[in-house]
Amino acid sequence: MIKTDILIIGAGPCGLFTVFEAGLLKLKCHLVDALPIAGGQLSEIYPKKPIYDIPGYPSILAGELVDNLMEQIAPFNPGFTLGERAESIEKVEEKLYRLTTNKGTQIEAPVICIAGGLGCFEPRKPPIEGLAQFEEKGVEYMVKDPEKFRDKKLLIAGGGDSALDWTIELADVASEVTLIHRRTSFRGALDSVDKVMALAKSNKVNLITEAQAVGVNGNGVLKEVIVKTKERGEFTKDVDYFIPLFGLTPKLGPLADWGLNINRSAIEVDTLDYSTNVPGIYAVGDINTYPGKLKLILCGFHEGTIMVQSAFKYIYPDAKLSFKYTTVAGVNGFE
Amino acid sequence: MEENIVSITVIDREGKEHKIDAPTDMNFNLMEICKASELPVEGTCGGMALCASCHCYVQSDNALPEASDDEEDMLDQAFFVEDNSRLSCQLPITNDLDGLIVKLAPVDETVA
Repeated sequence: MIKTDILIIGAGPCGLFTVFEAGLLKLKCHLVDALPIAGGQLSEIYPKKPIYDIPGYPSILAGELVDNLMEQIAPFNPGFTLGERAESIEKVEEKLYRLTTNKGTQIEAPVICIAGGLGCFEPRKPPIEGLAQFEEKGVEYMVKDPEKFRDKKLLIAGGGDSALDWTIELADVASEVTLIHRRTSFRGALDSVDKVMALAKSNKVNLITEAQAVGVNGNGVLKEVIVKTKERGEFTKDVDYFIPLFGLTPKLGPLADWGLNINRSAIEVDTLDYSTNVPGIYAVGDINTYPGKLKLILCGFHEGTIMVQSAFKYIYPDAKLSFKYTTVAGVNGFE
Repeated sequence: MEENIVSITVIDREGKEHKIDAPTDMNFNLMEICKASELPVEGTCGGMALCASCHCYVQSDNALPEASDDEEDMLDQAFFVEDNSRLSCQLPITNDLDGLIVKLAPVDETVA
């Protein structure tokens, strides 16, 4: 059992900086994130994009900002549980929550700070009627074990790197691979595009462009996908597996069911201290909402800073908290 | 056309028309204008062509900037994409947009 003072859900920029501000008050933090790396959107979506509104940095790459934040919080030795989604919370006793992740890791803390950004990133599912009933019965949103597809007939949909890479990889494994894509050009790495084109030319891969999947049929398990193309109209393709690869999209996920006040996919907070309607649970950064809310990293930094003051008073109601500037006291890390 | 103001019609997902006056001199894009008018446009990524939650169909024949590779790439990951699909965050409000008619695309939800 991991024990900490503030359990932070979400290791994006706001979650990371909250560790620093908590550390100045001698509060220890543990972060949980569904993604396998720290940084949230900055690492997952736009690591190479410059950000221009971080005070003191005329321009900084998103990935660099994450690296700097990790360096800044290192003295406070935060714990990380990455690649696991915060699934459920229970109240163990007064002022003690226990969080369980989807992989069964348990963490206890008196305070939970939700810095979940846009939510958890999940595969984007195409809006095809009846698709859900074939999930894990022929419809797969990611490839975990290529061997599963040995000697099977596959239909892969998508035009990005993962669609291209898996088409190349599975061409040697499956008995038949068909790749369908909305356009004639692909956005993936040039090398991968060339490889897929070569595979298509030698008939190792069946490439259908300007096409999309519009229907699925089966009998308990998936049997066929209905494909619609500009040229040929609708036709049916017999398959064992349909693998739509359309990237990731954020979903609020399990925390939508934690009894928090939710307004348009965001958690309502009191701007006094960014507390939610549930005592001991706070929300900072893009995931919260309040009148005048701006979804900016710098606002999230502010919210985390204010929030830890309240968390300290919540954990230690009798302790006196005197605010110290880092310029006076420096940064004293933990052993 | 009033100076620095263009008139845009946005048709929501229920088919209702919303006439919006949008300023051309404030560096807005169409996604931001829709959000400011409280239309159901998420604009999750903030306008970086990274989420497709502002996907719309252009129904008028205004001269529009060509879709960038980034925009096309994102549309590859979107659904209900048609030949007239655009990401409204990639349409800056300029004089060319006067009289523009767009319809909001269905939201990115799986049909059960």
